[in-house]
Amino acid sequence: MSDGWLALLQQAFSLLLSFDPHVWAIINISFSVSFAALLITIFPSIMLGFILAFSHFRGRWVVLNLVQTLQSIPTVVIGLLVYLLLTRNGALGDLKWLFTQKGMILGQMLICAPVLIALSQAAFASVDRRAWETSRTLGASWLRAVWTLCRELRGPLLLAIIAAFSRILTEVGCSMMVGGNIMNVTRNIPTAIALETSKGDFAQAIALGLVLLILAIVLNFILGSLRGKALPRSH
Amino acid sequence: MFSQSVLANEVIKLATTTSTENSGLLGALLPKFEAESGYSVQVIATGTGKALKLASQGDVDVVMTHAPEAEAKFVADGYGIEPRGIMENDFIVLGPKNDPAAVKSSKDATEAFSKIAHKPSKFVSRGDNSGTHMKELAIWKDASVTPDFNGYTSVGQGMGKTLLMANEFQAYTLADRGTYIAYKTKLDLNISFEGGAELANPYQIMLINPTKYPDLNHKGARALSDWFISPATQTLINNYKVQGEQLFKATYKK
Repeated sequence: MSDGWLALLQQAFSLLLSFDPHVWAIINISFSVSFAALLITIFPSIMLGFILAFSHFRGRWVVLNLVQTLQSIPTVVIGLLVYLLLTRNGALGDLKWLFTQKGMILGQMLICAPVLIALSQAAFASVDRRAWETSRTLGASWLRAVWTLCRELRGPLLLAIIAAFSRILTEVGCSMMVGGNIMNVTRNIPTAIALETSKGDFAQAIALGLVLLILAIVLNFILGSLRGKALPRSH
Repeated sequence: MFSQSVLANEVIKLATTTSTENSGLLGALLPKFEAESGYSVQVIATGTGKALKLASQGDVDVVMTHAPEAEAKFVADGYGIEPRGIMENDFIVLGPKNDPAAVKSSKDATEAFSKIAHKPSKFVSRGDNSGTHMKELAIWKDASVTPDFNGYTSVGQGMGKTLLMANEFQAYTLADRGTYIAYKTKLDLNISFEGGAELANPYQIMLINPTKYPDLNHKGARALSDWFISPATQTLINNYKVQGEQLFKATYKK
């Protein structure tokens, strides 16, 4: 009965490698929800990052500081906010999005947007403005010139995207509150780990934890190699 | 400060269920026990499944749960000894005020459940291996229903959160009366069905077999178990009220 560590690990690996449908359904939900949130958020966030870096409207510093602060807001606070919006008597109660994947996506969008905006702003701010001015004087449209910049900055921007993605893929607070951990619907990797641990079934929790761990290692390797490339070239 | 052995003997680790903790019963009782005996009790409140698991791994000194079948197995497997029934409360079937599955007129809980399944209506299940979840599964089994009908939602949450979710979905759910009373003001749900032997919810306290884990605080565990069955404590249990309602009925019989 006293589960040895090795036995638990063995069970965990066999759950993953035998493609246990329960475990893979959870992994699938986790990735599809977080990808959706990321895809919806990427474009507007990077645009905002660009605007914050290149334009000089009044109150720009206030917005920038706000965004940077929001990067570190606890996800449970975002969860609470979205919960109150979506609850039956909340402002958006008629949408009936509470405890659905749509609600989870909304929460995760709010979590990853500040990370994307702040990091892309930093990337745009680091670039030589002459690149922008050159492409504009060569007659490139505004959008086209931004695109050129983005290609120039693909390293740091990809870094921003990965940082945002890993934050929403691993957060438990907002998913638990807004998604509600419903089996086969809104149960994702972090909420499933929380549940299995509270049940005392550690094998599945470890299997899912391994998925996150492997993912973290892969993402970190990508980040590491990007950082290497993204460093400013020495004189 | 203290030597480890003295300190270890003064602490009793009690694994129990969220319902006893959430209802405030332990908060009302345990300080009295601590004052009388000099022990200090550390409560680990979790679902019945995990409480029994902690006990069978020797992580706690004593366990108090409410799932007769799981408890019988715990004793039969040689982990638990001297199970004592100390009190009971009851489960209730909650549902939307308009009672779409018309369960009000059911003769027992089994009929109520099969009406919900055949309608089919929304039903929110705790799905966390807690005592309440085990009870729910037992009723589905008696009703010969496989709980996978359209509208059956397994949420893997504690009782309080499950009630809030059932309220959002305007769904039926099975709850212990204590948590329901504590959440009543937040809910737009009615008691759709109550009463009958099936919905009784007996609590047992069990000691852990000293031959399996000799180094636990067996003396303290026994003191706590004895204190729970004393006439004075049984009276305290009967007198414990939340919002003017008695939550638990003391049941210890010599």
